Amino acid sequence: MSLHPQPPRRAQQLLKWYCRPELAEDLQGDLYEFFERNLQRRGLRYARFIYWIDVLKFIRLYTLRAPNFYSFFTYTIMFNSYFKTSRRSLVRNKLFSAINIIGLSISMSVGLLMISFLSDLLSYDDFHEKKSRIYRINTSLQPTGQPSIELASGSVLAGKKIQETFPNVEQVTLLRRGFGGDAKVNETTLPLGGLWADASFFKVFTFPLLSGNPATALKNPYTIVLPEKTAQKLFGDTDVLGKSVRFDTTEYTITGVMKDIPKLSHLRFEALVSFASIELQKPDFDGGFMGWGNVFSNYTYIVLPENSSLETLQANLDKLCLSENKQLKNQQIQLSPQSLNSITIGNRLENTPGPTMNQITIWVLAGLVLVVILSACFNYTNLSIARSLRRAREVGVRKIIGAFKEHVLLQFITESVLISLMALLLAFLLFLVLRAQFLGLAPQLTEIVSLELSPKIILYFIGLSALVGIAAGFLPALFFARIKAIQVLKDASSVPLFRRVNLRKALIVVQYTFSLIFITTTILGYNQYKHFIVFDLGFSTENILNINLQGNKSEILRKELAEIPSLTDISTSRLVTSLGSVYGTMIKYQQPDDSSNIAQNYVDERYLPLHGHRLLAGQHFRPRAKSEESSEVIVNEQVIKRFNIGGGHPTKAIGEQIKTLDGKKFTIVGVVKDFHYRTVEHRIEPFVFFYSPNEGNLNLKINAKDLPATMAQIEAVWKHIDKVHPLDAHFYDDQIEEAYRQFSVIVKVIGFLAFLAVCIASLGLFGMVVFTTETKLKEISIRKVLGANEPSLVYFLSKGFLGLLVLSAAIALPSTYLLFDKLVLTQFAYHQPIHFWELTVGFWAILLLAFVLIGSQTLKAARTNPANVLKNE
Amino acid sequence: MKGTNLGEFEELVLLTIAALASEAYSVAICDELEKHTGRAAKLGVVHAVLNRLEEKGLAKSFLGEATNARGGKRKRYYEVTQAGKIALTNAREVREGLWRIIPDLNLGGAV
Repeated sequence: MSLHPQPPRRAQQLLKWYCRPELAEDLQGDLYEFFERNLQRRGLRYARFIYWIDVLKFIRLYTLRAPNFYSFFTYTIMFNSYFKTSRRSLVRNKLFSAINIIGLSISMSVGLLMISFLSDLLSYDDFHEKKSRIYRINTSLQPTGQPSIELASGSVLAGKKIQETFPNVEQVTLLRRGFGGDAKVNETTLPLGGLWADASFFKVFTFPLLSGNPATALKNPYTIVLPEKTAQKLFGDTDVLGKSVRFDTTEYTITGVMKDIPKLSHLRFEALVSFASIELQKPDFDGGFMGWGNVFSNYTYIVLPENSSLETLQANLDKLCLSENKQLKNQQIQLSPQSLNSITIGNRLENTPGPTMNQITIWVLAGLVLVVILSACFNYTNLSIARSLRRAREVGVRKIIGAFKEHVLLQFITESVLISLMALLLAFLLFLVLRAQFLGLAPQLTEIVSLELSPKIILYFIGLSALVGIAAGFLPALFFARIKAIQVLKDASSVPLFRRVNLRKALIVVQYTFSLIFITTTILGYNQYKHFIVFDLGFSTENILNINLQGNKSEILRKELAEIPSLTDISTSRLVTSLGSVYGTMIKYQQPDDSSNIAQNYVDERYLPLHGHRLLAGQHFRPRAKSEESSEVIVNEQVIKRFNIGGGHPTKAIGEQIKTLDGKKFTIVGVVKDFHYRTVEHRIEPFVFFYSPNEGNLNLKINAKDLPATMAQIEAVWKHIDKVHPLDAHFYDDQIEEAYRQFSVIVKVIGFLAFLAVCIASLGLFGMVVFTTETKLKEISIRKVLGANEPSLVYFLSKGFLGLLVLSAAIALPSTYLLFDKLVLTQFAYHQPIHFWELTVGFWAILLLAFVLIGSQTLKAARTNPANVLKNE
Repeated sequence: MKGTNLGEFEELVLLTIAALASEAYSVAICDELEKHTGRAAKLGVVHAVLNRLEEKGLAKSFLGEATNARGGKRKRYYEVTQAGKIALTNAREVREGLWRIIPDLNLGGAV
C-alpha cells in the first residue's frame, strides 16, 4: 500500500480535523475515488492538487464540526499544572530565562513606543463629530512643462463656487491662514496668530463654545472667537464676551470663547477671525483675492451628507476646474477631496495647516520595529528548541497520562505567552524611559504627539505582548507536540536534538543580517549627515547671526547695532537661504514665450560680501536710498546658462537685461558663482538676487572673543526697540543643522534600533554558544585527552557560528550598499560616495563582539579538566 | 425545517437515487447525472444536495461495507423515502398538468 500513490497527507488531516465525524469517512472515500481517477487520467501532481482544492471546497457550514467545549474546559483545569511546570522550568534555567525575558522586553519596549506613536497619529481629529464625512479640497497646481505642486490650500473662488453651486454638499467652510499681529487689550500686548474662518466653521468642526452662539459668532466683519487659553492670557478671565481686542488700528469684537483645542487636532490657532473681515480688507496681492490661480492661502473644508458618493463630488470638481482653467495661462489646476482621516498620515503636501507625518516614514519605522521584535522571538524559538531535551520527558509523561497533541501545543504556547507577559512588565518600565528620550529627540515631536497612556493603549500593549508570545512560542510548541512518548521515555538521548539545526541556523543568519543592515545604515547615514552640515555651500556661514526682525524697521535697529564694536558687518535679506524654503518668480530673457520660475532673494549691498559670495564678473549692488527703485540684479551661473545669456560667459552677460512677467526690466550687474540655496537634496538651479535695502532679516557678522557679552549687547539693543517680542536670533551654522534635523532624528532612531538589534542577536548567539558547549563538553574532553590543544578546540567550536556571521555579512553588506546607492542617496543631489570602510566597520565590530562571546565560552569549555567531565560517566 | 418543495437539481438527484436503486452513493450519482444531463456534476454540489435531501426527510442513508477501492473507507448509500416518493410524484403531476394545457408547442424543428 505504501508504494501506491496516496492523497496528500496534510489535506487528509485537515479534512479529518474540520469535518463532522459522521460525514468524514464517506467524504474521504469519495475524494479518494476521484483522486484515483485523476491519477489515472492526469498524473500524480494534478491529482494531489485537485485533492487539496476539493478538501478546501468542502469547508461548508454543514460539514464543520461543532467546537469542542469539553476540551476547553479541561484546558482551564490544566492551566494550574501548566503554570507550575512553566515556573519551575523558568527558575531552573536562569540564564536562558534571563536571555529570553530581557530580549523580549527590550524589543517590546520599542514596540510599545511604536504603538502609542501610531495610535496618537491615528486618533488625530477624532473629536470632530462629523470626522468621517469631512473632506478638505486639495489643489494640484500644474505649470506646463514642470512638475506639479501638490497643495493642501486652494483658492477662495473654488471655495465660494463649491459653497454656492455644488449640490449634495452638507456644509462648506472657508479658512484662510496668516492672520496675526500684536493683540492689544488695555495695557496687555500679546502676539497672536490665527485663522480667518467663515460662519459655518462651527457646523463643520466640533469645537464647543463656552459662550457665544456658534451659528452667528463668525458671521459679521471684525468679530473674533478666542480659545480659553488666549482669553486667559489677554484678560486673565474667560468671561469676555462682547469685549474687544485691538490689532494695529482695528477693533475686533469677541463673539465667542471656545474650549481649548485638543492636542491631537490638525487645525491649530490662537484666535479665529470672521472671514467677512478679510473680505472687507480685500487683500489684493498675487493676482487678486478672488483669483482662480491664487491657491496658496485658503482652505476649503466640506461635509458630505451620509452615503453620498465621492465620485459625484470629484466629477463636479473636474467640471469646475475645466471651466475655470480657461482663464489660466501656462498652468492648470486640479481639485480633489482628501478625507480628514488621511490628513495627518498622508502624502506630502505643501501649505498644510497642521503637522503631518509621511506615510512611508511611518511604515518603514514600523517595519524596523517589527524586525527587532521578531529577532527577540527568534531567540526564544531557538533556545527553547535547542533545550528541549529536559522538557521532553515531561511531555512524554503528559502524553502517556492522556494529553493530546493539542494539549501539549496549548501548554507551550501558554508558557511563552506567560513569559512574554512577564517581559511586558519590564518592557513597560523601559517604555517610560524611552518615551522621554524619544520626545527629547526633536522639539517638533512634542508638538505632534503626546504619547499619553490610556486604557485603550494599555489594552494594545497587552495584545502586542500576547501576539509576541504566540509568535515566539509557536514553533517550539509544535516541536514538543510532535514528540513521541514511548521514544522519549525509553531512551531520552534518542530525541533528535539536532534535528532542527538548519532552522536554527537560518534564524541566526536572519537576525544577524538585519543587525548588520541596521548598523551599516546607521554608519552610512551618520557620515552623510555630518557631510551635509559641514557641506561647502559656496558661501560662508561662519559667525553669522541671523535676526528675524518680526516687523520692526531695520534702519533703527541697524543704527543701534552698529555701535557694538564686535559686529564687523551688517546686511539685510528677505530670506535666509539653504534652510529649505525658497521663493520664486517668473522670469524671461529675450524670447517672449520662454519664461521660467526662478528662485530669488532680496538683499542689500552688504549681503554678498558679508557672506563671502564669489563674483565671477561685474560688481556688487550699489547702495541706494529706500525711495529709489532698483533695476539691478545679480544672477548665478545657472541663469546665464538657462537663458544662454552672453553665450553663457559671465563677463559677456553683464549689462544684459531680463524681464519679470509684469514687464519690469532688470539689468544684470554681476554674476556670482553657483551656491547651494536649498538643502542638498536639490540640484542648483537658476537664482536671482534683487536689491532691497529693507527686508525681514538682519545678518550680523560677529568677530568676538567674548560671545556671551556680544549676545547680551544685541539683546539689550533689541529690548530697547521692541518690548513685546523676544529676540529671535540664531547662528547660521545652527540653523543649517536644524534644517537637517529630520535627517539626524532618523539616523538616531535607526541607530538606536541597530543597537537593540545587535544586543538581542548577541544575547541569542550567546545562549546558543553556551548550550552548544554544554552539550559538547564530553566530546571536547575526549578530543583533549586525545591530544587537541586549546586553540584548535576554540576553532572547532566557533567555526560554525563564525561561518553563519560571514554568511549574513555576505547577504547584508551588498544589500545595504544597493539600498543606499540606488534608493536613498539618489534622493540627495549632492552626497558623498560610499566608502568601503563605512560598509565593513559594522561587520568587524559585530564579528569582534561575537568572537568575544564565543571565545570566552569555548575557552572555558576547552580549559576544563577532562578527567572531571569523563569520570562521571 | 424548510418546506418539502423540490428544487430542480434536487429533483434530478432524487430521481437518480431512485434510478440507481441499490448502487446509489455519491460518486455513482455524480456519474449518472453527468451521463444523463451532459453537464458536469460537481461532487461538492451533489454532496450538499444529498445532505439537504436527507435533512428534509426525502432520502435516507446507511453506510455500506468497507472496500479496498476507496482506501478502506465505507460508502454511504442513499435510498428514496416514502416522503421522497410522494414529492417526486407530486412534481411529476404538476409538470404533466401544465403540459396538458399547453395548446401547441412548436420547437421549430430544433429537436
